[in-house]
Amino acid sequence: MNLVEYKKKKIICTNCPLGCKINLIYTDADEVEIIEAQGNTCKRGLEFAKQEITDPVRVVVTSVKVEDGEIPMTSVRSDKPVPLRLMEEIMDVIREIKVNAPVVKGDIIVENILNTGANIISTRTVNSRDSKSKEQKKLKENYDG
Amino acid sequence: MRYETDVTVIGAGGAGMAAALSAHRNGADVILIEREEESGGVLNQCIHNGFGLHYYRKDLTGPEFKETLEEELATTNVKVLEGTFVLDVSKDKKITFVNSKGIHEVKTKALVMTTGARERHFNSLGIPGDRVSGIFTAGVAQKYINLQNLKPANSALIVGSGDIGLIMARRLHLEGIEVKGVVEILPYPGGLERNVQQCLRDYNIPLYLSHSVTRVEGKNRLDKVYVSQIDEAGRIVPNSERVFNVDALITSVGLIPSVKPVEFVRTGPGFITTNTNQTTADWIFAAGNCTVIFDLVDYVAREGEKAGKYAALYAKNEYVPEERITIKKGKNINIIHPSYIDPNESTKLYVRVSKVFQRAEITVEPLGIEIIEEEARPSEMIEIHIKSFKEKRIKEIEVSAHELG
Ligand SMILES: Cc1cc2nc3c(=O)[nH]c(=O)nc-3n(C[C@H](O)[C@H](O)[C@H](O)COP(=O)(O)OP(=O)(O)OC[C@H]3O[C@@H](n4cnc5c(N)ncnc54)[C@H](O)[C@@H]3O)c2cc1C
Ligand code: SF4
Repeated sequence: MNLVEYKKKKIICTNCPLGCKINLIYTDADEVEIIEAQGNTCKRGLEFAKQEITDPVRVVVTSVKVEDGEIPMTSVRSDKPVPLRLMEEIMDVIREIKVNAPVVKGDIIVENILNTGANIISTRTVNSRDSKSKEQKKLKENYDG
Repeated sequence: MRYETDVTVIGAGGAGMAAALSAHRNGADVILIEREEESGGVLNQCIHNGFGLHYYRKDLTGPEFKETLEEELATTNVKVLEGTFVLDVSKDKKITFVNSKGIHEVKTKALVMTTGARERHFNSLGIPGDRVSGIFTAGVAQKYINLQNLKPANSALIVGSGDIGLIMARRLHLEGIEVKGVVEILPYPGGLERNVQQCLRDYNIPLYLSHSVTRVEGKNRLDKVYVSQIDEAGRIVPNSERVFNVDALITSVGLIPSVKPVEFVRTGPGFITTNTNQTTADWIFAAGNCTVIFDLVDYVAREGEKAGKYAALYAKNEYVPEERITIKKGKNINIIHPSYIDPNESTKLYVRVSKVFQRAEITVEPLGIEIIEEEARPSEMIEIHIKSFKEKRIKEIEVSAHELG
């Protein structure tokens, strides 16, 4: 006897701005298995769909306070997607963090956040307050020369 | 001080940085002018990812996209003048600008305008109510939160479901500000489907389609926002009023191309250009949001690159277009860019349809191009590639859309 139930779901692939609408038929008796998928433009959409049914994941993007920087914050992201269900907890951790300038694009701000295996990294450079004026001077010299 | 150069680029956002790089690669001497202390334009405040998937084949955040361009610029001799505001562009190819060192003038052979767009303000909607604080455009709220570490509200309602509105809904929610909903006057969301999912549905933020703000109330600070349903004819549906108790109203009701200070070329409202980014003054080129509002910085950067290239070629007398073919909006087309084609060069045509289609067929006649788009919506820009077509004698091209059902 076969009692596996076929389920239907429409998901939006958020992997890229195309945002394909994927119509799925799947089972989740033991493990999620996709029987049929329609609407994904590329293969990455299938992996995304499977993950989305099992445990949705997203990239975290936010900002972190910077002490003595040319600007008061740096923007950060997770270097890979983290479970959506942990999003609020992750934000609570990041909100409490302060780093000192200078910060360089790619610097690790929090390692392995909440044991997700993802690092929170800086997505921009923030020079310390005095070095910015140095850089500006250089810029002006450049422009005079 | 007086300067001379081949190509001047005004505005160092995604479009301007790409234009400066490409003009340089095509052998021009380039000056890039930016009024802010920092290049990047809106990329600086767009800290979310989703940029660069087409242009760099990487999923980047706005600041990462910008630094990637900046790193490339640093390897060139392009002069980048930040904190510098352009006052005037005159017909005899002189550009006057001001910065902390005073007023200067550049004599240029070609100019690329990449001045971006500004946000439409709430006041322009003509909604009645008290004059209160707590009403911000999404871009201003985004600057406060992402760059200045300010918390502009405790609870908020968002008007406009374009990408900026959707992204700000998530941002405010994750910053601990209660987002009571996103109100959209049209029957479909204005932003990308992807953003509806990852910004609203992910966090159970309600989206009120076919709804509009009818009144705002408060003593000094905003206190209440009244929202009603709107029927197909644009009338308020009786007894559909809801009241939201919020201290902020975040508006994301569209961007308007900035064309200042160039005043003598055709605009409507952005710069009208050819496929080679040339405006109606042959030495002025334009790209990015100052021409038409783009969904993706990838398109903007690619347009900038093209404008920089043709400006450099123009400056060297290597690009002289002979004829221009008009592209016309046909049935069910809302926006089309560019407006003219130089048939010797290939074209990226950007199209927005004027209504929602199940399955749209988009035609470009008389070139015989047909494209099928599933679930085409006005909010998603459709891209059509047109090859050069020297041999044919064509005066006018028309783009239209119709339902295939
Ligand atoms: C909130 C928001 C979210 C977005 N999300 C995405 C996304 O997820 N993915 C994506 O791909 N795209 C996204 N976009 C779209 C994309 O970022 C923009 O379309 C693109 O970056 C615009 O680039 P631009 O160079 O045309 O304009 P801008 O970035 O606006 O640059 C114009 C520059 O010109 C300068 N300027 C203007 N006038 C003068 C003057 N007179 N003198 C000197 N300088 C001047 C300005 O200071 C500014 O730096 C988003 C846009 C916004 C606003
Ligand atoms: S299926 Fe592929 S093309 Fe479609 S949104 Fe996902 S990643 Fe992008």
